[in-house]
Amino acid sequence: MTHPVLRLENIVKTFPGVRALDGVSFSVLPGEVHALMGENGAGKSTLMKVLGGIYQPDSGNILMGEDKAVMSGPLDAKSKGIVFIHQELSLAEELSVAENIYLGELPRKSLGRVDWAKLSEQTNAILEKLNVGFDAKTRVGDLSIANQQMVEIARALTVNAKAVIFDEPTASLTDAEKVVLFDVISDLKNEGVGIIYISHRMEEIFKITDRITVLRDGQYQGTVNTAETDEEAVTQLMIGRKLDLTRNASHHELGDVALEVRGLSCGKLYQDVSFELRRGEVLGFYGLVGAGRTEIAETLFGLRDPSAGQILLDGEEVRIHSPADAIAKGISLVPEDRKGQGLVLEMNCRDNMTLPQVDDLKAGPFVAEGAEVAIFDQYRDQLDIRTPGWKQKAGNLSGGNQQKIVIGKWLSMHPNVLIVDEPTRGIDVGSKSEIHKLLRKLAAQGYAVIVISSEMPEVLHVSDRIIAMYSGRIMRTFTSDEVNEDNLIQAISGLGSNEAA
Amino acid sequence: MAALSKAQIGPILAKQGILIAFAVFMIAFTIASPKFLSVDNVFSVVRSSAILGVMALGVTFVVISGNLDLSVGSMMSFSTIVVLDLHDKIGPFLAIPAMFAMTLALGAIIGFLVGYLRLNSLIVTLGMLSAIHGLTLTYSGGQNMDIADKEGTWFSVFGQGTALGIPVPILIFAALAAFLGLVLGKTAFGRKIYAVGGNDTAATFSGVRRARTVFNCYLISAACVATAGLIQASRSLGSQNTVGQGLELEVLAAVILGGASLLGGSGTIFKTVIGVLILGFIQNGLLLLGLQFYVQFVVTWVIIILAVWLDIAAKRGKLWSPIA
Ligand SMILES: Nc1ncnc2c1ncn2[C@@H]1O[C@H](COP(=O)(O)OP(=O)(O)OP(=O)(O)O)[C@@H](O)[C@H]1O
Ligand SMILES: [Mg+2]
Repeated sequence: MTHPVLRLENIVKTFPGVRALDGVSFSVLPGEVHALMGENGAGKSTLMKVLGGIYQPDSGNILMGEDKAVMSGPLDAKSKGIVFIHQELSLAEELSVAENIYLGELPRKSLGRVDWAKLSEQTNAILEKLNVGFDAKTRVGDLSIANQQMVEIARALTVNAKAVIFDEPTASLTDAEKVVLFDVISDLKNEGVGIIYISHRMEEIFKITDRITVLRDGQYQGTVNTAETDEEAVTQLMIGRKLDLTRNASHHELGDVALEVRGLSCGKLYQDVSFELRRGEVLGFYGLVGAGRTEIAETLFGLRDPSAGQILLDGEEVRIHSPADAIAKGISLVPEDRKGQGLVLEMNCRDNMTLPQVDDLKAGPFVAEGAEVAIFDQYRDQLDIRTPGWKQKAGNLSGGNQQKIVIGKWLSMHPNVLIVDEPTRGIDVGSKSEIHKLLRKLAAQGYAVIVISSEMPEVLHVSDRIIAMYSGRIMRTFTSDEVNEDNLIQAISGLGSNEAA
Repeated sequence: MAALSKAQIGPILAKQGILIAFAVFMIAFTIASPKFLSVDNVFSVVRSSAILGVMALGVTFVVISGNLDLSVGSMMSFSTIVVLDLHDKIGPFLAIPAMFAMTLALGAIIGFLVGYLRLNSLIVTLGMLSAIHGLTLTYSGGQNMDIADKEGTWFSVFGQGTALGIPVPILIFAALAAFLGLVLGKTAFGRKIYAVGGNDTAATFSGVRRARTVFNCYLISAACVATAGLIQASRSLGSQNTVGQGLELEVLAAVILGGASLLGGSGTIFKTVIGVLILGFIQNGLLLLGLQFYVQFVVTWVIIILAVWLDIAAKRGKLWSPIA
């Protein structure tokens, strides 16, 4: 019998108003990939933060080998061989990739001078292993979110790890990047490292993990061998019911063209983009990170000036100078980076949700707080947002619940054109299918919806038409009848025919 | 089990630290000097804090929006000198609005530079501190400014008058605090200030016009400074060019003491008022103990450091931590 690298016993952790962990036990064997699953707010990240020394448990023990261990802080945990790759990125944007990876442990020459040559060399060796397209000297702030994630992962490879925690590492990775990540995980595994893997993506869980432990509302639900279970059983364990995955395929009539884009270009970011979006339609944008999808959304939302082309709303040409402008014209954008662009983390949930319409919710000279609470309650119920109340700071919510606040914020604007960029990043399976249904329902009600996603099943599932982009250009537009995984992949890798050509 | 463990005391101390420290101060002073808590003394503390307090109200807006205003001291000197000068030239009735307009213009310049051009507020207002000082000296020719007929003007009412037995400066401070408290806490504009200070990218993505919001905060700060200058001028009816010198730091101390974070996004008018009073009582207590008035410069600095430390400690939940 192999001994676990580490064991957590009866961990309890409470926050004001929330029992985040209620006597949870969990263990990892050497050389195993152990999945930790559960709905948004189930307590996964909290459990790992206890293990990583970020939170002290109210009660319960951590055992490494036979001995009780106390993780007095993140550095202590790291020195004990526990490496934590966080759900929310924690990199120093102004520093280079190399400095971030070796922060606190930079190689030194005499007199404490940093050995830059050695630093670059070591870093590039790791980056090569990860097969990424940037080098040691790149400034982290210049990298995409996906690449920043890779830097976090690179950081983990520098320590002599006993256990590595991945908290939703793939939430912002593309398929190609995922392959690299899985290789890294399999290498670690072969070296006998215990791996804890948190994700809401079932395919991944079944592809790479050996065992699955499920939490629900802070309580331990059980541990199963991956080989002996299936998605349905795990989902049942997670949410306590079966999931309805059928697509709301009701083919409602499409309305007028709500948005038309003609020959839109923005410098090198994207060129000559044209499309139409009708009321009642969900238009998917699929492509690799860097294909220009987010930049198009940002242009439509007034965050970037196009260098050429026209935007027409309801048949009339418009110029959109700022987000305030876009909002006034009935455009909403759920941005891709919830922490940076979506939320004011220090502000409470209600105020975050009503921020775009705070000028319109008036009771005399003041904000109508009652109306705000009503809006919050409506979307809390509709999106199943788990929080002790609207007064909770948005930053205290679990990652998935934060995302739902952002979605609620923009739905509550009742926009003419709703753009969602990676709408279900970090959202659990149950809520994800709810959000997909919601997007379909909104379309059926006559909303015009644009969905940008790097998850192929998601785009395939919700879209009426799909635009495939590659390197700033539209390669092809598919209807939902003609699209399949193969021709879609072909189109976004630049292999298909270029429509515009 | 009965005793609190060290781990439990830490967070309590950190969270309530400033109030505990204040309570200890108050008790110590009351024992040391029986006059300390007398009605007369309390009134005099609040009255002498009113000028600082009015300025702190405006700076609270600026700090919550994520910026600094180090120019308020020299701007206050400017307002005071200008209104005293104009008092004799065009009469108090016109002098007051004219002075407000000029001070607001200075606020608008700062607001434009920090809000619309996105220049660093520390640099801009530090520069303004000295630029406005130069402006004041140019205006006055370096001379002290005095009203000719000190007995016969109604202008003295703002600094020396009383209504219902309460000194007018206290009434102005209280009314302005109530009004601005509502603006900040209850209006859409106030909400947007918190959003901009908390995360200006997310605020922009939510349709908040960042530049305009920051601009307005500096206008409010300037209006408060003008009001403070009015009280100051009316109280003394004559002034040096440097009457506001150094006030910017005391004002900032009061705001931070009240718990507004220098990173922006948090703080309230109510807390700032508490901060102003704490600072006022401590300085007054030191005087009653017979310490020289310049000791308070050092003490004020110590208080700022203490306040900032406790603020950070409260966020971390411990007094000391190797990571942020
Ligand atoms: N610092 C905190 N203060 C207050 N409550 C918190 C804090 N951190 C977490 N919580 C609460 O604890 C619960 C568990 O959160 P946790 O982040 O562990 O969820 P999770 O399982 O990781 O969810 P997700 O899949 O959305 O990431 C949530 O209800 C959350 O709101
Ligand atoms: Mg989490």
